[in-house]
Amino acid sequence: MNPRTHFRLVVLYVLVGAMLLILVGRMWALQVMEGGHYKEIAAQNRTRDIVVPAVRGMILDDRGQPLVRNRSALVVSVNRTTLMRRKDGGETVLRRLAGVLGTSYQEISKRIRLCGPTVKRPCWPGSPYQPIPVEDHVDPKRALQIMERQEDFPGVTAQLQAVRDYPEPGGANAAQVLGYLQPVTQEELDKRKGLKVTGYSGVDLVGRAGLEAQYDAALRGEPGFRKVLVDSQGRVTGTAAEQPPTSGSNLVTSIDAGVQGAAEKALKRTIDNARRAGRPADAGAAVVMDVRTGRMVAMASYPTYNPTIWTGGISQEQYDALLGKKEGEPLISRVTQGQFAPGSTFKISSVAAAVADGNGLNGIYDCPGSYNVGNRAFRNFEGEELGPMTLHTALVKSCDTIFYRFAYEEWQRDGGTSPKKNPSDPMVKMARRFGFGAKTGIDLPSESFGRIPDRGWKKDFWEITKKANCKGAKEGYPEVAKTDPARAAYLKAVAAENCVEGYVWRPGDAANFSVGQGDVLVTPLQLVRAYAAVANGGKLFAPRLGVAVVRPDGTLVRRIDAPPPERLPVDGKVLKYMRAALGDVTKSGTASGAFSGFDFKRVDVGGKTGTAEVYGKQDTSWFASFGPVKDPRFAVVVMVSQGGQGAQTAAPAVREIWEAMYGTKGGKPLLKDGRLPSELPKMPGVGAAP
Amino acid sequence: MITGTGVGSVEGYGARRTWGSRLAGLRRLDWPLFVAVLALSVVGAMLVRSATFHLLTEQGKDPEGLLKRHILNLIIGFVLGGVITVLDYRLLRAYVPILYGLACVGLLAVLTPLGSTINGSHSWIVIGGGFQVQPSEFAKVGLVVLLAMILGEPRDGEIGPGRRDVLLALALAGVPGLLIMLQPDLGTTLVFIAVVLGMLAISGAQKRWLFGLVGGGVAAAAAVWFFGLLESYQIDRFTAFINPEADPRGAGYNAQQARIAIGSGGALGKGLFHGEQTSGHFVPEQQTDFIFTVAGEELGFVGAAIIVALLGVVLWRGLRIATQAADLFGTLVATGVVCWLGFQTFENVGMTIGIMPITGLPLPFVSYGGSATFANMIAFGLLQAVHVRRRAFD
Repeated sequence: MNPRTHFRLVVLYVLVGAMLLILVGRMWALQVMEGGHYKEIAAQNRTRDIVVPAVRGMILDDRGQPLVRNRSALVVSVNRTTLMRRKDGGETVLRRLAGVLGTSYQEISKRIRLCGPTVKRPCWPGSPYQPIPVEDHVDPKRALQIMERQEDFPGVTAQLQAVRDYPEPGGANAAQVLGYLQPVTQEELDKRKGLKVTGYSGVDLVGRAGLEAQYDAALRGEPGFRKVLVDSQGRVTGTAAEQPPTSGSNLVTSIDAGVQGAAEKALKRTIDNARRAGRPADAGAAVVMDVRTGRMVAMASYPTYNPTIWTGGISQEQYDALLGKKEGEPLISRVTQGQFAPGSTFKISSVAAAVADGNGLNGIYDCPGSYNVGNRAFRNFEGEELGPMTLHTALVKSCDTIFYRFAYEEWQRDGGTSPKKNPSDPMVKMARRFGFGAKTGIDLPSESFGRIPDRGWKKDFWEITKKANCKGAKEGYPEVAKTDPARAAYLKAVAAENCVEGYVWRPGDAANFSVGQGDVLVTPLQLVRAYAAVANGGKLFAPRLGVAVVRPDGTLVRRIDAPPPERLPVDGKVLKYMRAALGDVTKSGTASGAFSGFDFKRVDVGGKTGTAEVYGKQDTSWFASFGPVKDPRFAVVVMVSQGGQGAQTAAPAVREIWEAMYGTKGGKPLLKDGRLPSELPKMPGVGAAP
Repeated sequence: MITGTGVGSVEGYGARRTWGSRLAGLRRLDWPLFVAVLALSVVGAMLVRSATFHLLTEQGKDPEGLLKRHILNLIIGFVLGGVITVLDYRLLRAYVPILYGLACVGLLAVLTPLGSTINGSHSWIVIGGGFQVQPSEFAKVGLVVLLAMILGEPRDGEIGPGRRDVLLALALAGVPGLLIMLQPDLGTTLVFIAVVLGMLAISGAQKRWLFGLVGGGVAAAAAVWFFGLLESYQIDRFTAFINPEADPRGAGYNAQQARIAIGSGGALGKGLFHGEQTSGHFVPEQQTDFIFTVAGEELGFVGAAIIVALLGVVLWRGLRIATQAADLFGTLVATGVVCWLGFQTFENVGMTIGIMPITGLPLPFVSYGGSATFANMIAFGLLQAVHVRRRAFD
């Protein structure tokens, strides 16, 4: 062997030795020095945390009948992240899935795209990292096909989930009160501790409106966790640790399904009748309140919708329909969010204000056919001349001119068009004490303020509308002039006046205010609690729907109590006087026709009609009632937008609700002797329906 | 080096041999080498069982099906090795052109529609009946013998091979090398380079050839990189090698999972057949290219180091055989085998512990795989053949 070869062989020996040492050295570092670190990683690698969704609690009526419960459904979900990682973005998998489910690829891919400003529904409004449900009415055979061929359906799961179910006991729909669920957004998810790794729709949904939103935390429950052992394909091979979920609690409400159903039926019937009589009757509300506790017994809103459309992804047409003008925006609760001029039902506040302002409760006041406010004549309904009368009769016959005079005289005392520094404005102040123009504080997430127009509001409004008014004053209304020159001239004059001094609290404003006209707006909920306050001796409640949060096993979590009521600044005598007057409205007053033949012996109902004029539309029909007059238990208000006179449309519906509650028209009374259940109901079985 | 007529030439070539002479031949075997290869084969079989048992059970197949095939492969391999040992390796020279031609035809066939892609590398010919051949494995044998023949030609006076021999060797090595690059099989290409460099060096070739080759290789690699001739997965593998956490689900996945499996084995391991990462199939290709991760997880540092040590014994005995060979041809054959197995060991173990980029190379004598087992056993037989006919002074 030549020396060069020999030397190079020695070098090769060294190289091989060095190489082996490098390997062993690196292995030492990896296994002995850092072994603990890698053991930890390995443990995480092999286990995965799965969120076990808690069954969402039910929403029950006062007798424990579920208004919302859960049913089991086979839901097919798609994991977007898994699909996106595939070469074709998961198209083949989705096409295959569409084949099994009998829909189209386009339909499924629309459902799993993420919602955005330019993306129309159907789309996924939730977190992109969650499984997205694409179908919730899968028959078990098809679900099995998907689960058996997991290799063909990566990222697709089919499993039993609880979905919301609406049994409608007693015909109670109450969709706007109950609200709905929607997928949780990524931001919400990040905020909620322990929900980073999410399971399926049970935890992924969150209440977006109504009671579902208001009591979301209580209904939702605590999701459980399961630490499962998995292999590299993500297949579960066993369970390492488990913490079972805590089911959501049930919410007992004061809604009485029977009364709610009756109110919905009465509202629908009277709207149908009004439409048959040729009136638009485009929307309505019917509310029943327990005047002693401030709890809501029924809240019906028309038009309504079937809340099951929210489960399993809502289509664009369905979504549009919920907020469509043509469909009457069924998503909006007319009880809490509908704002309408109250008309004469508002006079309870005006009477209280007039008396507080020094007009004698037992005085005699003239009720002429018309009364001059400033340079304009304000007339009674149909210009009727009723002569001198008491305030009692003024309410019974619904005289307007008496209130115009009260308002005008007060306005003059406050300094007229150049007001004093601190005008007394008794009617405005009293209206606010009756709770108008402010939220009632009901336990629902959205509620309108209504509007109590006053000097401040007028000034603000003037500033907003000044530009348009001044333009109208200058250029007139040529479009209107083509068809109606007289009207165009009138509009121009009004615009000119408003342009210059639109901020002035004019005598006409004060007069309109006194009879619930002009710019006054109230919600049916505000009105029912005002009447409840008159009925119960002056307690103005923050209305409550929730009564208690109760665990599925029946243990009480907490009672839901309203804050202490505010008190009306009205003397008990005045309230009693008003109650007596309102009691005669149904017998000899404006609502005597609607209540003719009503069994007043069983339940003595009193109330007030309201017919509010709306510019360019038909009148808003109101009837606000309470009863029994001597010992009031309930207040019932019905409002029908564009429904005509109060006595025509709203009053018959109110009558029907009272008849149903007390069973005065034959039939079993929904509330025996007008009593609501005094104890918490027993919890119905488990959350999911069989 | 015309000398070196050892005893072997007499014994191995005799037409009439006595039982005694055969036993004497057995005594002349390199027993430490034999024991090391046998031990690696046994450990390898156990690791193959561990890596495949769970997966096969899940697939509803015979859980020891792959183990049985591996044992069969090993037996065939040992027989092949024995035949090579008994044959006079010098006679191989006569068959080198045939061997070389077969290797090239096989490699060409892979590039035709006859070739198949298995586990991402296009280096197989499926024969049918569940059998497939990986010609690149046999090409390694062919390369070693071919280079030994050309570079080990008896020469007068000269210390190393002449320019003509070196160029011929490079040209002939380049043909199968190019075919393998076209597959593309980066791992085997690197083995080829290691073998060529090592054998050239030991043959006594001038330094300028060695430096020229290394320099040319670096330049070629740079060119390949800059002109974007690499497949994207190869670039990903290199990126993943530099930064394994960059894409833990993609290219870095193998590297990451391999390190987790080995690291979690700790000093003493989790026990044979008790690796949780292994039974969960977190590491892909675990019975073949990544079998060392099973050893690392289940046998720990101690067990894995013993495997490296056993491979060390093979390499040490190989180098010793090269030193003691009867002729330059024998020295070069042994050197070629050492470079081949040595580089493959370093690359295979290195990639599982994160000091080498990932390429598709099996761990010699340990990994599952028919072609690789046969080729390794032939190499083992070559070492023994050279040893049996070593110089007399030993």
